[in-house]
Amino acid sequence: MAESRQTSGRSHGWMGLRRGHQARPLEWLGEKAILGVSLSAILMVFLIFLFVARESLPVLLGLADSGVYHEPVSLEEMARMPRGELADYLDLSAAEMERMDEATLKLLMEVKAEEIAAAPEDKDARINTVSWPYLLLPHQWTGYDKPEFIWQPVSAIHKYNVVPLFIGSLKATLVALLFAVPLSLAAAIYVSQLAAPRTRELLKPAIEMLAGIPSVVLGFFALIVLATVLQNTFGYQSRLNALVAGIALGFAIIPVVFSIAEDALTSVPRSYTQAALALGASKWQAAWKVVLPAAIPGVFAAVVLGFGRAIGETMIVLMASGNASIVSWNILDSTRTITATIAAELAETVVGGHHYRMLFLLGTLLFAVTFASNLVADLIIHRLKARLEGKA
Amino acid sequence: MDVQTPQLHFEPGEREPELIHFRAKSRDWASCLFTGLTGLATWLILGMLGVILVNILVNGWTGLSWRFIISNSDQDMFDVNKAGVLPMIVGTAARVILMTLFVIPVGVTTAIYLTEYARTTSLLTRIIRGAVNNLAGVPSIVFGLFGLGFFILFVGGLMDRSVLGGGPEPRWGKPAILWASLTLAVMTLPVVIVATEESLKAIPQGLREASLALGATKLQTILQIVLPQAMPGIMTGGILSVSRAAGEVAPILFTGAAYYMASYPKALTDQFMDLGYHVFILSTQSPNIEQTRPILYATVVVLLLLTFALNFVAILIRTRMRKQMRALH
Amino acid sequence: MNSLMPPLAQGAAAAKPGGSPPQMPSRPMVMETRGLSLYYGRTQALKEISIEIEEKIVTAFIGPSGCGKSTLLRCFNRMNDLIDSVRIDGQVLVGGYDINGPDMDVIELRKRVGMVFQRSNPFPKSIHENIAFALRLQGLRDRSTIDGIVEQSLRGAALWDEVKDRLHTSALGLSGGQQQRLCIARAIAIKPTVILMDEPASALDPIATARVEELILELKKDFTIVIVTHNMQQAARISDRTAFFYLGALVEYDTTQTIFTAPSKKQTEDYVTGRFG
Repeated sequence: MAESRQTSGRSHGWMGLRRGHQARPLEWLGEKAILGVSLSAILMVFLIFLFVARESLPVLLGLADSGVYHEPVSLEEMARMPRGELADYLDLSAAEMERMDEATLKLLMEVKAEEIAAAPEDKDARINTVSWPYLLLPHQWTGYDKPEFIWQPVSAIHKYNVVPLFIGSLKATLVALLFAVPLSLAAAIYVSQLAAPRTRELLKPAIEMLAGIPSVVLGFFALIVLATVLQNTFGYQSRLNALVAGIALGFAIIPVVFSIAEDALTSVPRSYTQAALALGASKWQAAWKVVLPAAIPGVFAAVVLGFGRAIGETMIVLMASGNASIVSWNILDSTRTITATIAAELAETVVGGHHYRMLFLLGTLLFAVTFASNLVADLIIHRLKARLEGKA
Repeated sequence: MDVQTPQLHFEPGEREPELIHFRAKSRDWASCLFTGLTGLATWLILGMLGVILVNILVNGWTGLSWRFIISNSDQDMFDVNKAGVLPMIVGTAARVILMTLFVIPVGVTTAIYLTEYARTTSLLTRIIRGAVNNLAGVPSIVFGLFGLGFFILFVGGLMDRSVLGGGPEPRWGKPAILWASLTLAVMTLPVVIVATEESLKAIPQGLREASLALGATKLQTILQIVLPQAMPGIMTGGILSVSRAAGEVAPILFTGAAYYMASYPKALTDQFMDLGYHVFILSTQSPNIEQTRPILYATVVVLLLLTFALNFVAILIRTRMRKQMRALH
Repeated sequence: MNSLMPPLAQGAAAAKPGGSPPQMPSRPMVMETRGLSLYYGRTQALKEISIEIEEKIVTAFIGPSGCGKSTLLRCFNRMNDLIDSVRIDGQVLVGGYDINGPDMDVIELRKRVGMVFQRSNPFPKSIHENIAFALRLQGLRDRSTIDGIVEQSLRGAALWDEVKDRLHTSALGLSGGQQQRLCIARAIAIKPTVILMDEPASALDPIATARVEELILELKKDFTIVIVTHNMQQAARISDRTAFFYLGALVEYDTTQTIFTAPSKKQTEDYVTGRFG
């Protein structure tokens, strides 16, 4: 058949059709480059985890030792000591060590020995305070009458118990959620279900404008204005506390919770509402009993994301929480959060020191917490969308 | 009796007269309460937003002067009569401009991959999207730690040990405007990706088909047909990322912001003064908070005006873009 | 490479010998499908379609919506590649080459098999630039050559007199019919062998439609045209061959006259007489 009905075409017509993609190396290269660059988001998440966790690794693996007591080392032993240990013993950095000549080092050794001999021995001095039991469990330190959770990195004995910081973070976050979630959910229901379309067009961007206020400005407002107003109204003792920080924090997460909840409510098909209305339900009944239940996973995701945002927020809590690391569930007590601790203390630490590594450990934990909450919210939203579109 | 139920197509705002009549007879208290409460919450949020803005503007206006905006704080940045914020404005502007140079190419390319190349169902696409979402949720202070651990200590340290360094003092391995900008670029990557994606998706598929059917390659189509159309969206993304980054303080705390500098940053390795960080310093480290209140408020106003102006421009461009797109469809 | 003998043809030809209706007069063939099935995910959109398209005539694909006629059209220049979930069985041969073969250059294919879409899709550029873009894709750089071809194609699309004074204004300012003729001008500017038209007049008013139809009759002197249409009068007016599709299958393929006056299948008759669809 191919013979009788010969393929036609202007003879130049079909030439070069069969060169394949090898014919366009630039195109090929371009596509590979685009793919490569677009992997950078994955790379960055990976690098963030890698490099934040890397700095905290010695603490995580229990390799760091923050014990302040050293047996005095004699000059004879000094020659046999590894350079690194020697630097540690003399509280020198490796670079400083390099610059010292033998005579200076010997002098330092003698000074150190005298120091150790002169200092009265604290039973806590031999404790490795960055080992896990001391990070998580209460301990009765010298001078205290009962075991306590204490974060006190800048003192003779470095105390690194993370419990007060976790409680502080949770406290501020809970206040923020209690303040922000009901308000934003109610607003989301109002804007998506009840408000007139034209009002809606105005309300949505207006609320989302809150997201445009830098957190340092919210922190400033909480510190200068809100703290004073609240103290004058309720007359409590410490001016800066979890309540002030939590409310300001709530402001920061209102736009997050609002837009995601609003999105979820809007994505419920209009036919649901119409079916309810046709059955004689009023608008609020349709919104409350039909739309909200259908969108409830999205609302939950909004709360989870709000939690992630609140627990990771730094400047507001740094400025408005008072920063005292006390173990107390009273929201009127001054509070120190994980993020504020990192922000306030990192500048004072020695790179590679145990305090520095502890702050990176806090960062790693924070990353893990927000990563998990993001992942959960992501999955929920994905499922919800699939369900509402009838795919699952 | 009206048999047709008007509620079926009852749109809020366009009430039909007979319906109002109908409702007036049997007043639904639960409905009023529910609408009232949710409406109240909405207006409460807006009211609080209004209070914050008005408080800042009213108090800030008195301290704000032309001299304040265009002068340096040579002697004392806590001196109400001599302090100025020009170095902070310059520093903030420099770090965000530098940031856009890094984030826009990477963000736009990623968005192109996601909308034009990736199969929506493939595992890789889902992982990239997940990574982008996660990046958007990483706390800003963790970005600060990352900037220190990766850019300054690792990359900067490597550069110091290579031919680029030289000399006993670290040249790259210390806080600098370059590292602060790169850290912010990583942080705002999702903003650019999402905005660009949105504008790419808004371009009618017919334009791509027209170009491909003429024998254009995919890359030619993207570069010559799709991208020019997506320009407003890309600009919006850039501006939104700038406005987000302009107010961020936590990521630059350890990566480049300086408490005080006598000179402007001149090289990529210099540190810089920053508006947001300056607000923090003035609020928490002022020797006399009552006395420095005017300059504190004025600095906040400058920062707010800057971020809001940027947001406003972004919204304007986006609205215009949507209108143009509607004309195209 | 110069051989016109299709490299993959023999095997498939042996497997499907009776692919074409015998009663049609023999003209050189430009494109054909052999046992072509197409799936969107799990739904089958085309069922074992074998059809041959002849040179320099107008072939019309008709059938009710969703019958697969547009999908089949888009197989000839592989526009279905743009849809992720599409899977194809069987062969599509253009100029004797299996265009789904591994070493096929789809870009070169599309330069030879042009396409005009249902909704006019001029680029948001000037009228001149719309055509010049197509020409520059061919590697043309010389301004005067480009200007010449732009005029020639606009004349070919019967649009020149209407737009010659505003070549450098936006193409989006043209009326719907003019936009569609601009798209045709753009398609013929690169001198393809085949032009695929996917309901090119469905969005146009009757006068604009008439002008596009006249244009199609004019174009068939130089080009092989395949047109998808839901308008049976249109098919009857302009086409030489008509293929009727129903539910993804090719029901009948014959000269237009036969299809409209003496169809051999009951379904075809019902459709062309307007009893369904």
